[in-house]
Amino acid sequence: MSATTAPETPAPAKVPAVNRLGLAQAVYKGSPSTLCTGCGHDSITNQIIKAMFELDVEPHHVAKLSGIGCSSKTTAYFLGQSHGFNSVHGRMAAVATGVNLANSNLMAIGVSGDGDTASIGLGQFLHMVRRNVQICYIIENNGVYGLTKGQFSATADKGSLQKKGDSNEMFPIDCCALAIEMGCEFVARSFSGDYKQLCTLLKAGLSHRGTAMIDVVSPCITFNNHEGSTKSYKFAKDHEEALHEIGFVSSHEPITAEYEEGTTTKIELPDGAHIILKKLHRDYDPSDKANALELLAKARDERLFLTGLLYMGKGQAPMVEQKNLVDEPLATLPQSRVRPSPEVLAQVMESLK
Amino acid sequence: MESISNIKRIHWIYQLKIVKLILLSHNGKKPMSSSTLNQPEVAATGKKGSVVNDIVIQIATSNGSGSQSANNILLRSIFNMGVPVSGKNLFPSNIQGLPTWFTIRASKDGWTGARREIDVLIAMNVESVVDDIRDLRPGGMLILNSELKQYLTRTDVKAHIVPFNELVVQCCPEVKLRKLVTNMIYVGVAGFLLSMDIEEIKKSIDKQFKTKPKVADLNRNAVTVGYNWASEHLVNDHDYVIERDHKTEGKILIEGNMATALGALYGGVTVVAWYPITPSSSVCENLIELLRHYRHDPDGKATYAVLQAEDEIASIGFVVGAGWTGARAMTATSGPGISLMSEFAGLSYFAEIPAVIVDVQRMGPSTGLPTRTCQGDIMKAYYLSHGDCKHIVLIPGSVQECYEFAMESLNLAERFQTLVLMLSDLDLGMNNWMSDPFKPPTKDMDRGKVLTAEDLDKVKQFGRYADVDGDGIPYRTLPGTKHPKAAFFTRGTGHTAAATYSEKAEDWKVNMDRLAKKFATARGMVPAPVIEHQGKGDVGIIAYGSSDVAVKESLSQMKAEKGLEATYLRIRALPTCDAIRDFITSKRVTYLVEQNRDAQMASILRAEYPELAAKLVSVLHYDGMPIEARTISDHILKFEKKA
Ligand SMILES: Cc1ncc(C[n+]2csc(CCOP(=O)(O)OP(=O)(O)O)c2C)c(N)n1
Ligand code: SF4
Ligand SMILES: [Mg+2]
Repeated sequence: MSATTAPETPAPAKVPAVNRLGLAQAVYKGSPSTLCTGCGHDSITNQIIKAMFELDVEPHHVAKLSGIGCSSKTTAYFLGQSHGFNSVHGRMAAVATGVNLANSNLMAIGVSGDGDTASIGLGQFLHMVRRNVQICYIIENNGVYGLTKGQFSATADKGSLQKKGDSNEMFPIDCCALAIEMGCEFVARSFSGDYKQLCTLLKAGLSHRGTAMIDVVSPCITFNNHEGSTKSYKFAKDHEEALHEIGFVSSHEPITAEYEEGTTTKIELPDGAHIILKKLHRDYDPSDKANALELLAKARDERLFLTGLLYMGKGQAPMVEQKNLVDEPLATLPQSRVRPSPEVLAQVMESLK
Repeated sequence: MESISNIKRIHWIYQLKIVKLILLSHNGKKPMSSSTLNQPEVAATGKKGSVVNDIVIQIATSNGSGSQSANNILLRSIFNMGVPVSGKNLFPSNIQGLPTWFTIRASKDGWTGARREIDVLIAMNVESVVDDIRDLRPGGMLILNSELKQYLTRTDVKAHIVPFNELVVQCCPEVKLRKLVTNMIYVGVAGFLLSMDIEEIKKSIDKQFKTKPKVADLNRNAVTVGYNWASEHLVNDHDYVIERDHKTEGKILIEGNMATALGALYGGVTVVAWYPITPSSSVCENLIELLRHYRHDPDGKATYAVLQAEDEIASIGFVVGAGWTGARAMTATSGPGISLMSEFAGLSYFAEIPAVIVDVQRMGPSTGLPTRTCQGDIMKAYYLSHGDCKHIVLIPGSVQECYEFAMESLNLAERFQTLVLMLSDLDLGMNNWMSDPFKPPTKDMDRGKVLTAEDLDKVKQFGRYADVDGDGIPYRTLPGTKHPKAAFFTRGTGHTAAATYSEKAEDWKVNMDRLAKKFATARGMVPAPVIEHQGKGDVGIIAYGSSDVAVKESLSQMKAEKGLEATYLRIRALPTCDAIRDFITSKRVTYLVEQNRDAQMASILRAEYPELAAKLVSVLHYDGMPIEARTISDHILKFEKKA
């Protein structure tokens, strides 16, 4: 892989030029990226485009949400036909919560950075997870503040060096471990250069009901791609340990395609889609919370990151379902549905006399 | 004891910005009662010299003793006897134990603002009894718990000593309930001494405890015990008399925060976010109750969502997210919450996203007297956030306007695609006010300029920030709109009329100028100022918010005492409009009454109309207690050299 270009993954032969909606993949693109050439974030953008295309998503159904940072800018670079909101540093989680309440039919995709989520936005992130807001929340994790030119973020590894030579002496915050703690039922980690795994995880995350969070190690080639940084391309490539290979099959394709008795675990997604995990070198059970946390802790000690679907629970209703809202979006309910009758007011007035 | 006397000690500081005259009156002591108040007259039930239906009753208890419902019964009973009345709760920031005072003002003339001379004191709290008795006006009436009789040193008041602890044993066998029931006994005693109709009190009890007949029985019994004991052991001199009148017929008694909640309900709010903070919590608490009752479909599904946030940054984030998506969304908070919301406030202004914040004002940062009132957020609200930012601010002056403006805030937020702040305060929000019943809205909800897919078919192109109509207000589309032209990208950074990214100087400026134009359009669409009273002379008074009642009473005071007839204009919203400028221009001098130290509204008006700066004289009140008419009158009369 080259560190200076971010080529699109060549489409596998069996994927047609248009998807089931008759849309070409190009329709899922946004405006041209203004990030540094070779930035890991651009690779993630490309996989989001591909995942949306392959999932046959109607662009107008999507709300693209982000905070502030190089990573957060990328919502402008995909799905040009969807509404997008580049909001406030560290506060996209709250915006997403409001979007969910106002129109739960929208597919919310959130893009954030490690600074945006783990530093300024940590509280809101955890509360969003706790509420189980319906969103696929992607953290483009480079261990630095890219946009403000290379300061340490809260996910910077202990011992990593800043460009000017300062070293970080604090342990990094592991957003995956925190999300699992907070009850998140879809927690995954990937690497911006691992297109196949990333695209599959994105498709699974976008199909999940409730909060799906994907922490994507995404090297900042300008400020954090040097010796001593654990979020450099080289380090990430050398220290990545994939948990399992994942094949994602959405509900309208034959489920049996990659399913092999004895070597796979099939996980039902609440919307009817399935995710199939191919175990590589261990019997990994993504429904075992304690095991996931233990592995994450161990990986941190060993300075390697596990990729794949780390944890998947099932059952907790997303926030909006817990609220028992009407089926139509609250946003567009007509006056007749939201303004009580004059008699009700008269009745209230009478009680105050 | 020290801190308590500080709470109750009253300072009037009149600060004159222009003339730099600072007058510290009364030296921290109560002013002598004015001869024009409590004019004796002959009462039907009383005698010559009785004070009828013009009485301030203070009840001193301790927080958490359950006196609230007893006090409300007394308030309601006076109201039901047809006498205009208000109830103000002065409570500490504490759950149990600290002193608390409830002040009922019965006023035949309908003056329901604060008045500090206490005519009748019911002293139940050992913690505050010394100060309480000291503050009773000479000749006043004291109902004193016999346990506290050693604190009675004054001879110039009429004291009635009542063995509450013995009486309560008679009517309440359950030891646990005795503290509560004692409160109802003082209602009975006061009822007798004020010559009230005990049946009216019993009716109020039945109404308040409609669903709890056992509790109603217990309370009715307690009131009777108090009333009967008093009639057998005390002499009613008829000094103070509550006499039946007809001035409250058809009226309601309501707290401002409940009125605000009703406004939001009828405004069709769909997303409500909040983080509890006194004195705003009851806006959302009341609203939740109302929504629960009136906004579920027959199948039980809700046409609204309420979410308690983890802090105020999140609350406003929910509101902005929901507003962007198209919901009518609001939050309620107080000063500290406003501070936390400021970044989102700027984004709402700049990215043009509807949002409503109800700010029920209290004092200071952090805990800073959360249970006291002020108008200290005016400036902050108007300019909230950074860069060039100005917001629409609605300032209700009554409970009726709390209702109307809460509704209108939601309309204006969507019409102007921006943040609207409604500024209430603790006095208005948490105290009981008399009002005409609210009328159902006559206007349809205004959803503003939203383009649907069908609309988009008809337009050549859609530019999210284009000024198509020349009023500075652009069109928007909602996420989920199925149309190739619908999508746009919202950002805080510079943008063009087509909502594309831009860092170009001219693009930024063009957009800022359009936002200014939009704001100018708002000048003509926010609630206009009203001339509340047309006087004869060349003296003007401007006030806003909860100062209204006090100003009106002051006008009548000044006329009666010194023949001064001022004209009074009440500001109801920002931005300002020509009517305010013309008013100030037409007067020799205009007194601007505010409940803050820094003359915040005056600063705004001086910035808007620098040529009129010298004509404004500030009357400022900021000790945390609601402003009273006397403060205003004394100040203006002094300045007019009539004092
Ligand atoms: C309230 C606030 N504080 C600070 C900033 C400045 N700021 C912009 S982006 C950023 C850090 C972004 O880091 P990260 O989220 O990791 O994104 P990256 O650029 O690394 O992708 C900061 C501190 C801001 N925009 N808002
Ligand atoms: S500074 Fe780093 S994170 Fe930002 S665009 Fe450049 S490479 Fe990407
Ligand atoms: Mg970063």
